[in-house]
Amino acid sequence: MNTLKKITSNQMFIPLAALLLLIIFNLIMDPGFFKINLVQNSAGNYVFSGYLITILDMGSELAILAIGMTLVTAASGGQDISVGAVIAIGGSVILRVLCGTDPRPEVLKAPIIVAFLISCVVCMIFGAFNGALVAFFRIQPMVATLIMYTAGRSIAAWINNNTLPVISPAASETFAYFGGFIPGIPIPTPVFIAIICVIITMLILKFTNLGLYTQSVGINENSSRLNGLNPEFIKLMAFVLLGLCVAVAGLIKVSRISTINYSVIAKDIEMDAILAVALGGNALSGGKFNMIASILGAYVIQFLTTTLYKFKVSADALPAYKAVVVIFLVVMSAPIVRDYLEQLRKKMAASRKEAAES
Amino acid sequence: MDKNSVLEMRDIQKSFPGVRALMGVDFTLKEGEIHALMGENGAGKSTLIKVLTGVYTKDDGHIFLKGSEEVNIHSPQDAQRLGISTVYQEITLCPNLSVAENMYIGRGDGSTVNWKDMNQKADKILQSLDIPTTAAAQLSSCSIAVQQMVAIARAVDMECKVLILDEPTSSLDDQEVAKLFKLMRDLKAKGVGIIFVTHFLDQVYEVCDRITVLRDGRLVGEYEIADLPRVKLVSKMLGKEMDDLSDIKGEAKEYSKDDASEKVFEAKGLQSNAGISPFDFYINKGEVNGFTGLLGSGRSECVRAIFGADKVIGGSVSKSGKPINISKPIDAMKNGIAYLPEDRKLDGIVGDLSVRDNIILALQVLKGFFKPFTKAEANKFADEYIKLLGIKTASADTPIKSLSGGNQQKCILARWLLTKPEYLILDEPTRGIDVGTKVDIQKLVLKLASEGMSITFISSETDEMLRTCSRLIVMRDRKVVGELKGDELTQNMIMSTIAGGESKE
Amino acid sequence: MKRRVIASMLAAMMAVALTACGGQAAAPAPAEPAPAPAAEEPKAEEPKAEEPAPAPAAEEKTEEAAPAADAGELIRVGIINNDPNESGYRTANDADMKKMFCEENGYEAQFAYSLKNDEQIAAAQNFIQDEVDYLLLSAADTAGWDSVLQDAQAAGVKVILFDRTIDAPEDLYEASIVSDMAKEGQTAVDWLASQGLDEYNVIHLQGVMGSAAQQGRSGALDEKVAAEDNWNIVNQQTAEWNAEKAQQIVQSVIDSGDKFNVIYAENDDMAKGAVAALDAAGISHGVDKDVIVMGFDCNKWALEELLAGNWNYDGQCNPFQASYIDEIIKNGTPAEKVIIMDEKGFDAKTITQEDVDTYGI
Repeated sequence: MNTLKKITSNQMFIPLAALLLLIIFNLIMDPGFFKINLVQNSAGNYVFSGYLITILDMGSELAILAIGMTLVTAASGGQDISVGAVIAIGGSVILRVLCGTDPRPEVLKAPIIVAFLISCVVCMIFGAFNGALVAFFRIQPMVATLIMYTAGRSIAAWINNNTLPVISPAASETFAYFGGFIPGIPIPTPVFIAIICVIITMLILKFTNLGLYTQSVGINENSSRLNGLNPEFIKLMAFVLLGLCVAVAGLIKVSRISTINYSVIAKDIEMDAILAVALGGNALSGGKFNMIASILGAYVIQFLTTTLYKFKVSADALPAYKAVVVIFLVVMSAPIVRDYLEQLRKKMAASRKEAAES
Repeated sequence: MDKNSVLEMRDIQKSFPGVRALMGVDFTLKEGEIHALMGENGAGKSTLIKVLTGVYTKDDGHIFLKGSEEVNIHSPQDAQRLGISTVYQEITLCPNLSVAENMYIGRGDGSTVNWKDMNQKADKILQSLDIPTTAAAQLSSCSIAVQQMVAIARAVDMECKVLILDEPTSSLDDQEVAKLFKLMRDLKAKGVGIIFVTHFLDQVYEVCDRITVLRDGRLVGEYEIADLPRVKLVSKMLGKEMDDLSDIKGEAKEYSKDDASEKVFEAKGLQSNAGISPFDFYINKGEVNGFTGLLGSGRSECVRAIFGADKVIGGSVSKSGKPINISKPIDAMKNGIAYLPEDRKLDGIVGDLSVRDNIILALQVLKGFFKPFTKAEANKFADEYIKLLGIKTASADTPIKSLSGGNQQKCILARWLLTKPEYLILDEPTRGIDVGTKVDIQKLVLKLASEGMSITFISSETDEMLRTCSRLIVMRDRKVVGELKGDELTQNMIMSTIAGGESKE
Repeated sequence: MKRRVIASMLAAMMAVALTACGGQAAAPAPAEPAPAPAAEEPKAEEPKAEEPAPAPAAEEKTEEAAPAADAGELIRVGIINNDPNESGYRTANDADMKKMFCEENGYEAQFAYSLKNDEQIAAAQNFIQDEVDYLLLSAADTAGWDSVLQDAQAAGVKVILFDRTIDAPEDLYEASIVSDMAKEGQTAVDWLASQGLDEYNVIHLQGVMGSAAQQGRSGALDEKVAAEDNWNIVNQQTAEWNAEKAQQIVQSVIDSGDKFNVIYAENDDMAKGAVAALDAAGISHGVDKDVIVMGFDCNKWALEELLAGNWNYDGQCNPFQASYIDEIIKNGTPAEKVIIMDEKGFDAKTITQEDVDTYGI
């Protein structure tokens, strides 16, 4: 009984249980879900293919965003709803640098790494803008980021003069690698990018005090200040780091299709990123966080999405299914339900004891 | 059920993860009595009160109210409906509403409110209780003391049978306390049973009829006030015989070793944006000094200015003769200054973090962003101080918010001691904590001073300051009005200096 | 006190935010003309090349209107459009409108953009109060326009619908210049049928459900599938015009192992997403390959894919209504209120570079 309690009270329980549920469901419905094939792609390379690969591939951007969103949530007690719009900006910047003013360039105008770094800087500036509103002007994060949420996609379009640049394979084969495959490597590149991001994050959390500082600020700003921390700076930093995550996600997004559509790129991804944080068992009101749980939450969401696609649930109905998950999570984490479950557990233990004694 | 009792609680059980907070506690409240509920922090007083008011649901046991069978209380609304009203230590009103709104919020039967009526009624009650505010004033514009009284007024007007006062006096000055006591006696005469939770022994003996003592979640006993002299009460609470509280006084002089040769810290014309007049201040190596004055006289603001907790807008400071610049807490910390803030909950603890993280926080910040302690190092520090200060916690991983107030305070103290400060500022370190811990802290202060640490000690209880400090800076109306030392350190001198009598230096 | 300061600061920020957003919506109007003509210069010729009849007429009108402009008698038009960032189609459409309705052509134009019906209606009311001569409208939603159009009629403001039709009595507007989405769909399905495959296993990627383009383009295919035994739908799902979603849906079909040989995507973006999934799985597509790829809207990059033989078909959705509208304003209301624009379908086998340059948007 105690071990059961230990397991259920662990923060990893929720995402793991959800994952298990999805796996069991798919095993029953169609074990073929877990099959992985080696196929030859159109570039002539052998690559893995299958639902599991799709989940890992498509979940990459979300996992990367979940990292930043977790930090922002922990430090500020709110969420950034502008990440989708800033991805559009970041993607637009990459294309602007690579293409110059020519929407269909013959050759790239700059190395991809330069474009990516500039996009990182731009996204971090927008992150800093959001962070400054939250940290210094004390605006609720959702309200503060509403500004970029509203304006971001227009800014993205403005960066490229409303044109839709396309990077053809003739201009650069390499550009498509970030959202596709590197020749000779059978696993989608976004998976590696996500793994690298996760590893870097874990190293940062281990070798710096980022975790302690953000949690401390998120839980009690006054105390943190009196312990020599600078809460404003730490909140700002969380938003800037999220900006960096956004830039990486933006690169993958534009690389996937080698172009951009300002109004639909990464649409509604902010909701999935927030959901990933919540699914990881992290309080959306800030404070303590568990990064691994958030990242796992991101893949669970992608697992759910892919499962729903498999069963041909239409894309516009997906939010409804996700809403069910949200409702379940919120209700389960409510103190009143927790108390009730706790009492139920005790009663069961008591009756079992009685039964054993008699 | 005894027909004189308004409330009987029998065999109450309550446990939290890892802690059994109440183990078979009985409690009886008679009609028209003031009943003190005593015990150290963590003894189970707050839990018992919260069970009674429906904040917690009891695991087992029975509650009876006069004129009814056994009652089940599942929510604060249940309790309110049954005539059980509570005034908590921390104000639980809405600061952005008016006084009248606060008095009537969540009451009444319907959705309509007659504002005029409400304000008139509220004004009448405020007048009858002599509370210096008006119904229309916004609550946040009132002092903490007045807010507390509004909370009582709210409870009184609810025609309650049982009134619970949980540490209501910790932020009131003497006059206000006297007013409150008058009010309590009036209510007692009307037959209301009052449960009074406090740490002030004097107050217990001034106003209460009977005492129930809890220790470690168990009932120690129920006593008539006349049968239980102070010393006995304290020993019941601590669970050990104790010679006398005043023992420490003798030790004080022995410990205190003021090395006047070195001014560890000195401030000239220091001024912050918290509205205090510029002041001069210094402290010697190994000295214990203190700021005294009425609540709100600017004691805390002075030390906050020293630590850089408020924005410093003028003056100069130096450390051991060398000028330094302190504009924010980290500057002070780097100069070996530590500050234990007045409001433990708001400024001290980081609630959701573990005891360990709370203890290492300040030292960690000093060490730097890129140099986190290893888990082993952190555990070593935490275990060392948990043992040294006798912090009662299930483990170093326990969130600090689940500890009792006194133990939380010890964690914060541990946090600052860990930084090995040269100069330690303690702002009300003993407020709202039990007698045992108070004595521990006072002893610790003197011991640290004897080891060469300079300490500024602030307390609302003057006798505590007289016991520990060798020099007192007296404040009135946000100004330093005097300094007392040596023979001048008497209760009378302090009083007259605060009052502005001719005995002023 | 502190709380109050924060509250008022918040209020101020909100105000700034709102004006910023407002400014954002309004900004493209003055800011755009500079880049837009530059980018659209070659395309501006397109309607003329494509529609020889109305275009020269428009030009003549322009010259006639010039003296009027000198006399200060500009025709005032209020243009309500969808957000130009919505799609390449809309970008081209907006640029076309801006190029036509300018002072040189005798117009004083005001623009309002929104993807939301209620905001569009509010903008329409503003224009009516502003006493514009003509209200040009591309409605976000078909419903809810009756009362505001009645107001317009009462105020003597003439209404011309472009690109999108609405559910309102015909007498409330002068004309409606639209693409016939059903016809576009029919052209595409007819082309597909002409390919003579033994079996048609189609992945059908739909646009946002309920939109006119989706309904029209889906309708023809649905009918055909119902009528023919050798036409099957492998998967029919909405990808909401979104390339990423289309990629995931097609990926899902590939992962499931179901056989298919046609991608019928209701816009170019979704076709592109589908092709990304095909490429990853090594499924060949295009002219004389395993899978036929069909798209709509004739984005320039999409036509280039056709030219390269990677895709098979692209259906046009003509975004250049400005010349038609200009014609109506200057020559009076036509007898037939609903004017359907000419639209083509391009086959990868026959498309030329000239077509790409002429019709690509």
